[in-house]
Amino acid sequence: MPETITLEVQRYRPEDEAEPVFERFDVPFRADWMVLDALNYIKDNLDGTLSYRWACRMGVCGSCGMMVNGQPLLTCATYLERLLPGPIRVEPLKGFPVIRDLVGDITDFLEKLSRVKPWIVREEEKPLAEGEYLQTPEQLADYEQYSMCINCMLCYAACPIYELEPDFIGPAAIAIAQRYNLDSRDEGVQERLDVLSQHDGIWACTFVGECSVVCPKNVDPAGAIQRYKVAATADWFKSVLTPWANR
Amino acid sequence: MRRSREPFLWALFSGGGMASALLLPAIAFLLWIAVPLGWVEGGSYETLFALVRHPLVRLVLFALISLFLFHWAHRLRYTLYDGLQLYHLNQLIAVVTYGIASFMTVVAAYILWVFA
Repeated sequence: MPETITLEVQRYRPEDEAEPVFERFDVPFRADWMVLDALNYIKDNLDGTLSYRWACRMGVCGSCGMMVNGQPLLTCATYLERLLPGPIRVEPLKGFPVIRDLVGDITDFLEKLSRVKPWIVREEEKPLAEGEYLQTPEQLADYEQYSMCINCMLCYAACPIYELEPDFIGPAAIAIAQRYNLDSRDEGVQERLDVLSQHDGIWACTFVGECSVVCPKNVDPAGAIQRYKVAATADWFKSVLTPWANR
Repeated sequence: MRRSREPFLWALFSGGGMASALLLPAIAFLLWIAVPLGWVEGGSYETLFALVRHPLVRLVLFALISLFLFHWAHRLRYTLYDGLQLYHLNQLIAVVTYGIASFMTVVAAYILWVFA
């Protein structure tokens, strides 16, 4: 086991630099350390001005996604040991404008996420007195996988289409739309379909599948998008074959 | 409701993908390997010719061929569009790829029609 390992961290301090630069830091190597632990070591001991996002340190908050040696990864779930002998190159998530150091501007994702109405849509709420909306284990299983998404945006960094067509609504937003569509309590399918059946919705996707490869929670956004395409196509044929039934 | 063409083209693409992935290897194995090597009985020219003359078989062949063609067209379209990033030629690429598939579909229909 080596004593130390080198990190090449992308720095961008807009007040000093026109372009991002890389800075090398030697940090102690520990077998139980993640890349995030090494970044925290740098911030605590070597350079307190290093900026990056993190919160939970346990793969739940979705804040610490970065490009590690070119791969989109949760830094809190990536062992240094996996990346021996180094150096380890740490960059901000691809596809998002960099604000500072490792911090990207995620406004675009948040705007797209809100477009798919990621909440349970009801035409009419039933009165409290009638009790809760019950769900069977089977009904839960229908959408549970998609509910695991932590909005870490690794899938956006991995998606070549998002890079080429920035208007593409993107893998996580579609997977999250499916999470609500497949929920037995939800009635928002048509509203979401109106958003997602556009070209910038599901049709921009050419099923590269990298989103599902990099997803740290096994959400399988690529699968969600393909299922959505089937549903949207069935809806299209229905509206063409039975024009009188259109809204 | 918008009348986007994308669901229709995608249906042809995915249908063609399923058909070519599942059926084409079986057809190729039977007709191009098993029959010529004599592994299956009844693979004579006359038998197969009579088979193809059956209206139902011709209908199935027509559906398969056109699905294969539209699968090819869609895939080539996006290979050119995203792969080579020819965004400014989007319309032209679509017209040419789906145009070739449509034309070949008509040719296939004609050949299968005159087969009877």
